[in-house]
Amino acid sequence: MSASKNAQTNTPTNTKTNALGPGGHDNAAARRDILARISEALRLPAPPPHGGGHAAGADAGGRSALAILPVEAARPFLPDGGDSPDASLAILAANLEKLRAVFFRVPDLSAAADCLFAQARERDWQRVAWHAHPLVESVLAGVPCSTHRVDVPGEAFDKDALEACDAGLTACECLVAQTGSILVSSETCGGRALSILPHAHVVIAMAEQVVPTLADALASIRSEHDGQLPSMLSFITGPSRTGDIERILVLGAHGPKELIVILVG
Amino acid sequence: MIAPTPGHPALASQAATDPRLAKKQFLRDAAESVRDTGHRAFVRKALGGYYTNRDAQKSRYGDWEQARDAASLAKWSAVNHLDEMLPRFVANFEAQGGVVHWARNADEARTIILALLRDAEARAVIKSKCMTSEEIHLNQALEADGYGVVESDLGEFIQQLRGEPPYHFVFPCMHVRRDEISDLFEQHLGTAPTDSPEELTMIARRHMRRLYVEADVGVTGANFLVAETGQISITENEGNARLTAALPRIHIAISGIEKVVERLDDLAVLLPMLATAGAGQQMTCYNTLYAGPKRAGECDGPEEMHLVLLDNARTAILADPEQRDSLHCIRCGACLNVCPIFKNVGGFTYGTTYQGPIGSVITPHLRGLADWNHLSGASSLCGACTDACPVRIDIHTHLLHNRRNAARTSPGRLEKLGHRFFGLVARRPWLFALGGWLFRRTLPLAKALRPPPLSAWLATRDLPPAPQESFRAAWKRRR
Repeated sequence: MSASKNAQTNTPTNTKTNALGPGGHDNAAARRDILARISEALRLPAPPPHGGGHAAGADAGGRSALAILPVEAARPFLPDGGDSPDASLAILAANLEKLRAVFFRVPDLSAAADCLFAQARERDWQRVAWHAHPLVESVLAGVPCSTHRVDVPGEAFDKDALEACDAGLTACECLVAQTGSILVSSETCGGRALSILPHAHVVIAMAEQVVPTLADALASIRSEHDGQLPSMLSFITGPSRTGDIERILVLGAHGPKELIVILVG
Repeated sequence: MIAPTPGHPALASQAATDPRLAKKQFLRDAAESVRDTGHRAFVRKALGGYYTNRDAQKSRYGDWEQARDAASLAKWSAVNHLDEMLPRFVANFEAQGGVVHWARNADEARTIILALLRDAEARAVIKSKCMTSEEIHLNQALEADGYGVVESDLGEFIQQLRGEPPYHFVFPCMHVRRDEISDLFEQHLGTAPTDSPEELTMIARRHMRRLYVEADVGVTGANFLVAETGQISITENEGNARLTAALPRIHIAISGIEKVVERLDDLAVLLPMLATAGAGQQMTCYNTLYAGPKRAGECDGPEEMHLVLLDNARTAILADPEQRDSLHCIRCGACLNVCPIFKNVGGFTYGTTYQGPIGSVITPHLRGLADWNHLSGASSLCGACTDACPVRIDIHTHLLHNRRNAARTSPGRLEKLGHRFFGLVARRPWLFALGGWLFRRTLPLAKALRPPPLSAWLATRDLPPAPQESFRAAWKRRR
């Protein structure tokens, strides 16, 4: 309780911490009431979870259940992510194809720049947005049109300029073979909007960044950002899609219509 | 900016706000929907692709059934330790600059959100799909206060234009034909008619793009709250939630208190299972974790992030250990997609925010058992919902629990009388035999005359012909 109060004083609206919240709402009283109701409700224990399997160690109070890590127990039951780098790469490629992403494997960075050039020409891109990152910068020469950097230090973020771009070029944290997902973060992949607002999203990544499963991806992001995770982490699984009209699949609902992955090495 | 179509018939029955009328409305709408064979065929066809995709994805699992055990355990642990998990989540969320608002009920949640908008001097609000906001009727409150609210999810946008609530809490407009959508867009957006789902989707895309850039406030839901890291997780396919949480100056998320999981790693199990059970996908297109507003060193993102934590009778479900597992629900909608009742009566007939089997379990807790117990009766108890649930909620048994609880608290007088009469007859063999004899003789006449209450049964079903002799007589003869 005291820890959260300390935390609250760091928030932008700290002037209201002790007074009533927005609309005269007594937040502290509501918090107290809800937590009291929860404690009262939990005085009666629930039966152990259905299925039993891994819950064998769960007693009525359930404390020992917490010692079982579902994700570790569940690993063999989830979809396969491959047990070698080659196997993982093959699964990733198959998944990206099924998801209707465009996937290229190139031997080196200059080939990646060539690949980007060809894609940009084919689609007649007029303006490509990018962010500062060694991988992105090393292929930027391959962009045959004007460019827009989203993260110039000291400059305000220009939503309108980004909205006018045809494509966003980003790095990624890692690629997940199991689901064909690309993990981006707000810290290392050009913020929140670059990978979602332009009509196409181009990801440039190294083959070493491929991990077998979602659990591995989460482990890797935690070791990369020791201490504090970025304010946004997003698993991108194929181009934006919807089935809202008669359950018929349409690509490019609000996010990118095209997801192009260029994997180097 | 957008005027919803007023007075749609589906909304009219949905707006039967007097809870005492809920059962009458259900029976009337169910009878009407069941007769609409075109609608039933359309919904079945729309779900056909889902079954194929779901089964294809399930086959990629090492063991789907055991994965369900793990998912169930993850939710069970969090819900049964909510007293620890929720404060832990809140402390971690606040430490990253997020602001938490606690709401005991829908009224408080609306007050908080309206005040946040007022303090921010907001004008335009963009929303991504959020069932909790439907539960608290947020849009109506915002519009009454003069805010322009736009639903950005394609299905929700279509429903907003139609002036209808969602038909299905995952597939909001699955009952609407493409020509109706084309007419709707023509009427509201002035676009040319088309019968291509792709072209219709692009119309909405073009319409929405500027709205994301111009909105002051983005409102989203939350699928999971991760206690250990203080992140909220949002699952979507279209990218509208990503845009909603990226471009406006303020991000407000609304979540039920039961959405907590303990570890980030739990999502490695829950995210793919939510996608497979909910939409037959390996993984939904965007699964995004947010922890607070834009950080120093990040180039974009909202300046403020607020989270409204909603109780609204969830603690009442928590206080019932027998049905506590209904709080494990991850709102995938799998139980609706397989339910024979849902497929026949349709989503609007329920008259609830959460339709289908899980809605029939939780609505009596949220809105009162006496007025909503009829939903528990609308079940064939086939158990398809329980088999489909990725977190193993014992849904159809809970429907029986609700029926039992309702019978305990307010037993029907007629039902009680009927049972007493049956007991009276069954204890006296001669009276039982006489009753049987009378019934066998009079059944053909009753079928011809159809007196009430037999008429209700005979209106849509037949009875088999009466046997020539009683079971007891036949038994005696055979021996």
